[in-house]
Amino acid sequence: MFLINCPYCGERDQQEFKAGGEAHIERPKQPTELSDDEWAEYLFMRKNIKGVQFERWNHAHGCRKWFNMVRDTSNDEIKAIYKMGEKPPSQ
Amino acid sequence: MTKNLRVKSSEYIDETNRISFKFNGKTYHGFKGDTLASALLANDVHLVGRSFKYHRPRGIMTSGSEEPNAIVQVNPGTNRTEPNVRATEVEIYEGLEASSQNCWPSVEFDIGGINNFLSPFFPAGFYYKTFMWPASFWEKYEFFIRHSAGLGKSPTTTDPDIYDHRNVHCDVLVVGAGISGIMAAKNAAKNNFKTLLVEEKNELGGSTIYENNEFNKIDNKAPSEWLKKEIEELKNIKNLEIKTRTSVAAYHQYNYLLARENLTDHLEAKDKTNKIRQRLLKIRAKKVILATGALERPLIFNNNDRPGIMLSSAIKKYSEFYGVACGSKNVFFTNNDSAYESAISLYNKGINVEAIIDIREQSESKIVKKVKEAGIKIYWSHSIVDTTGYKRLNSISIMKLSNDGTSVTGSKISISCDCLGVAGGWTPAVHLYTQSGSKLKFDEEKKVFLPNHNTSEQISVGSCGGDFKIDEIIKNLNQKLKDTLNINETDLDSIKVEIDQENSKRNIWLLPSDKPIGKTKPFVDYQNDATAKDIKLALREGFRSIEHVKRYTTTGMGTDQGKLGNMHALGIIADTAGVKMGELGTTTFRPPYTPLTFGTIVGRNVGKFFDVFRRTPMNDWHVENKAEFENVGQWKRAWYYPINGETMHQAVQRESKAARESAGILDASTLGKIDIQGSDASEFLNRVYTNAWSKLAIGKCRYGLMLNEDGMVYDDGVTTRLGENHYIMTTTTGGAANVLGKLEDYLQTEWPELDVYLTSVTDHYATTSLCGPNSKKILKKIIPDLDLSDENFPHMSFKESKIGNIQCRIMRISFTGEHSYEINVQASYGKDLWQKCIEAGKEFNITPYGTETMHLLRAEKGFIIVGQDTDGTMTPIDLQMDWIVSKKKYDFIGKRSLYRSDTMREDRKQLVGLLTDDPNIVLEEGAQIVSELNQSPVEMLGHVTSSYFSPNLKKSIALAVVRGGKDMMGKKLFVPMENKNINVTVANPVFYDEKNERLNA
Repeated sequence: MFLINCPYCGERDQQEFKAGGEAHIERPKQPTELSDDEWAEYLFMRKNIKGVQFERWNHAHGCRKWFNMVRDTSNDEIKAIYKMGEKPPSQ
Repeated sequence: MTKNLRVKSSEYIDETNRISFKFNGKTYHGFKGDTLASALLANDVHLVGRSFKYHRPRGIMTSGSEEPNAIVQVNPGTNRTEPNVRATEVEIYEGLEASSQNCWPSVEFDIGGINNFLSPFFPAGFYYKTFMWPASFWEKYEFFIRHSAGLGKSPTTTDPDIYDHRNVHCDVLVVGAGISGIMAAKNAAKNNFKTLLVEEKNELGGSTIYENNEFNKIDNKAPSEWLKKEIEELKNIKNLEIKTRTSVAAYHQYNYLLARENLTDHLEAKDKTNKIRQRLLKIRAKKVILATGALERPLIFNNNDRPGIMLSSAIKKYSEFYGVACGSKNVFFTNNDSAYESAISLYNKGINVEAIIDIREQSESKIVKKVKEAGIKIYWSHSIVDTTGYKRLNSISIMKLSNDGTSVTGSKISISCDCLGVAGGWTPAVHLYTQSGSKLKFDEEKKVFLPNHNTSEQISVGSCGGDFKIDEIIKNLNQKLKDTLNINETDLDSIKVEIDQENSKRNIWLLPSDKPIGKTKPFVDYQNDATAKDIKLALREGFRSIEHVKRYTTTGMGTDQGKLGNMHALGIIADTAGVKMGELGTTTFRPPYTPLTFGTIVGRNVGKFFDVFRRTPMNDWHVENKAEFENVGQWKRAWYYPINGETMHQAVQRESKAARESAGILDASTLGKIDIQGSDASEFLNRVYTNAWSKLAIGKCRYGLMLNEDGMVYDDGVTTRLGENHYIMTTTTGGAANVLGKLEDYLQTEWPELDVYLTSVTDHYATTSLCGPNSKKILKKIIPDLDLSDENFPHMSFKESKIGNIQCRIMRISFTGEHSYEINVQASYGKDLWQKCIEAGKEFNITPYGTETMHLLRAEKGFIIVGQDTDGTMTPIDLQMDWIVSKKKYDFIGKRSLYRSDTMREDRKQLVGLLTDDPNIVLEEGAQIVSELNQSPVEMLGHVTSSYFSPNLKKSIALAVVRGGKDMMGKKLFVPMENKNINVTVANPVFYDEKNERLNA
């Protein structure tokens, strides 16, 4: 059970949060301009890394805010947490 | 006849407090402070159970939670009965009853004991190999296997006890209250860390508290005396909480631990009532100090499992702590010095020690010299090759061990004895450590796995960290405490320790016998009857991974999780396969460390607290009026209101007719309601719904369809514009939370530039829906001042008004196709409003209807229910709802996906109406639809999604999804059922009032 440091509320138990998949996949600004393949790339393709992964999390049973997390999926170490719109920390 | 083997009064046993208890129906006596195991041993009872596979007689092996054999059924036949309890952990109380498990008719005479003589026919993997053929026979085999499998009996009546959960936060959690745990907790608390010390036993002090080796001294005192003083001092320390009878079951990441606190198991039945029996502590600790100690290993030799064969350390504890001698003719078998301490303990109490068999060539420590001086015979370089005694050990045979330890030589010596203490060295209890995700490393010198890489703020101290001698323990503990607590001095700085230096150990995982291995029974896992022979067989059959060998031989898979035998299993595999133990690794230690009751796991979440229910403000009225309820999401919704013993079908037919002919009333409070405000609210709705919202006038309502980005229908509902920058959105009952979450997601992550604020107001409003041709007259009676004319208050519009002094929002919208209104008031007025409507509607025979009638009425109109007629694979085009998809809007969620090659296929499943040729036959929802009956395999075209008998149309109607259904209007299809084929015709899904004339009736 993770202890997650919500950037708005502080440390809270994992059960207050919902995982939201891979981070930094931006919704295309002009979807109609995209080919089927390009749209499918946005829609379906997600990484599933063993190691350091950038993820979206939501403090669903708290402030309801979304934020980003850098997590090592091999040992569940949370390496960084930062707000939406902020630049990911450099490795 | 029972002997009394009580040898002295121990300070932990209250001999003034005599307690009677029953074991296998016979009454025995013990004293307060005894465990069931110590009390039975005091009565010279060793035979307590039968093993799992061969039903071999088994006795008490240990004195703690690692016990593999002495597992009993506590209080059999009562509602408090519990199976698979370790006799070594049960504290006796007046009236306690316990019985043996896995034996019939009794532990003394067990029919299943025949398996022991058939054991050559039960090798590892016996079940896998034997019951495979013929495959169709499995069900017959299973009946017999299930019958003979399993250990204890689960209770059959309701558990009378209360269980609890509690969240605990601390700076430092110390697990285990032996010498290391006590000193760690003391120093942490003294340095202002909020400290919690938990101990699975009922007393503090671990094994040091009865340490008797006169050659070990702390500050010139016996370690036990010294530690007692330290424990006394704990009482005066602030910041320190101590919980005994509390076993840590699981150690998860981020220092989150679960512990079971046992509160009433040691009390008499009369004192258990109305108290919390066990409490699950959910602990978040900033730092964790593991002081879980070490478990003594047995030795693996032929017939090493007879009642009377015990761990040497257990014999010492029973003697020193409980004042019980485990036998009158004792022998020890060892590979290190600890057995000598046990021997001296018995010797000092005047109990006969026949001999010590030592596989080492010699040892020169002081304790060994003392044993020699006592005149106890020591057989150096000898090994036990066999034992005898079916229900109780009566002799051992020993032979000289060869130099390389792989064979025995010379003549056999037989020694008569009734108790054998085995000492195979110590295994650090690293179970919790590895559960936390931390990694072990094999120490070739000590032959143990030790903590190596911590993944959270934790340390392992004392013997679980690999320090077995008091001087090492104190020195390393001191340094680790300073490092982890960041302190400069501790109580340990000035301690002087003297110890008896042990000089040699000899480790042989599997001891040889004069017989070939195939003819021996060297048990590795006692509970599951896995022998060294089985492990070697598994290796011969090609198993290499330790995890596979474990599952194939069932080594380590009992309720004790192989706490005693796992290291031997690894050692035997390593020796046989010629690999290093460090390379082999260990099996995974999984929670719980010791078994937990289901009661502890679920805590208070039983009965009506099992799941959370949501009820509307009108709920009491529905209950009073005998509504049947259905679960929708977490809501309890009125389903139908049967009167005079009506069936559901009869009630729904009556309710449906009434709603169309005069007036119906529905509690719609459960619909999700989201308040949307902000200067970009209209733009936001444009992006999330498929249709256009910018031009919706204030005071108007519009139906909207929401898609996922993949183009599939996600939710629907009516949204009303309350003001220039203010909307109220309704969602489906079940989808409310997810819709809000999805909208927040887009707002926060994709469109943070939009000025929009979302608030869930589902619980803040109660909604009454009035429907039917007389709904207008009823509303007029309630709010006489409001102009209800079609000009002032047309369909799909909204008015703010007052009922008396109560503010209300009224939407003229319809899910039934009838003229209808949804009236919203503050939730606390919901029931009053409902009753007012019922009162006002009496003259029109107003009829309350539930969700089933609502579903029927909307199906007559061909309105979809998201989640019933859609399943996450339906686009609006598939639903024939092209009209709601804006062609003009540049973008909305899911738009691009509607133009993917797959979503544009003509032969996708599409929503159609179905009419049965026989109007009285009602299709089953979920029934399959085909066009050909004689084809094989038959092609499935789709399935029925909604189906009812319509009382208003007097015929059966259905909605269905059919491949290419859009172009099949009028086509004959078939619904094949078990006994008949039903002929159906594809129809327009709008069955009733196609021109929507009734909306303004």
